Amino acid sequence: MFVLVEMTDTVRIPPWQFERKLNESIAEELNKKLANKVVYNVGLCICLYDITKLEDSYIFPGDGASHTKVHFRYVVFHPFLDEILIGQIKSCSQDGVHVSIGFFDDIVIPPESLQQPAKFDEAEQVWVWEYETEEGAHDLYMDIGEEIRFRVVDETFVDTSPTGPSSAEASTSNTTEEVQKKEAPYTLVGSISEPGLGLLSWWTNS
Amino acid sequence: MEVKDANAALLSNFEVFQLLTDLKQQRKESGKNKQSSGQQNLNTIMYETLKYISKTPCRYQSPETVRDFLIAMKGHKLTKAEKLQLLNHRPVTAVEIQLMVEESEERLTEEQIESLLQTVTSILPGDPEEQQRDLAMATDDKGDQA
Repeated sequence: MFVLVEMTDTVRIPPWQFERKLNESIAEELNKKLANKVVYNVGLCICLYDITKLEDSYIFPGDGASHTKVHFRYVVFHPFLDEILIGQIKSCSQDGVHVSIGFFDDIVIPPESLQQPAKFDEAEQVWVWEYETEEGAHDLYMDIGEEIRFRVVDETFVDTSPTGPSSAEASTSNTTEEVQKKEAPYTLVGSISEPGLGLLSWWTNS
Repeated sequence: MEVKDANAALLSNFEVFQLLTDLKQQRKESGKNKQSSGQQNLNTIMYETLKYISKTPCRYQSPETVRDFLIAMKGHKLTKAEKLQLLNHRPVTAVEIQLMVEESEERLTEEQIESLLQTVTSILPGDPEEQQRDLAMATDDKGDQA
């Protein structure tokens, strides 16, 4: 679920923090910059693992702060393809089941990847697995808050860095529907169409 | 900022759990004299991640159990990703093993799946209350039979 990512960056330490140990100031700055943020094509950054190398600190004319190039390793949430994860059902809608892991919410299981046959119950706004046995069909509801085991089948990274004013024309031609200003930078697509996947309560023996 | 290696190493949930608990301890000890405005993101992600990992079997693990587990797994010829999933999830049924191990029907016989399950449940500690309950139920059954 988690990977270690090696990165480098130049960290700026303002003069009023010079009395603190350099390592601590740098660790704090890096965490301030990256924790709980998504890095494009890398994943959701959790926290700093360690600092591997500190290069010389420089002070540039006009700015009293020191600039240090840092090589460090960061803990990043980036599940690999086909990994099994356990999450909680956050909500259900026509475009599938939305699952959350607490610290990461943008996981969706599209209708075609649910245990088949499945139907969407409009009254309760939940997806239902119509499980057939010899006795008849059981309706297994996928209620909100239930723990669900799913497989990661796809991930999408969207570059949400701001576009300049010159590309305003380009952006209006890209989005034909209403602009969704808050597009999730990192989304996962899951699947529960295999035996063993789905609500944990469906597969426990006891 | 530059990303040198986006996949330098895989971390188990237990390692992240240890790292975050140590970090939390450190921050508590160093007092509240740091400005908390910039730290809010770190606090949020630490709290949520710790909350999630604390609900998984990783909270009962220790570095020794992880080492013993990996040594025991050497004989089963599993890939790194499969061993990591077994470590993180602690499967107790054959269905879960089939999910985590690719092509398990071709690579493992039924006995091998059973022995794998045995290794996993014996080396990796599970919920101590559940294990006590299972033990109690087993001794009750024995009492009934006798």
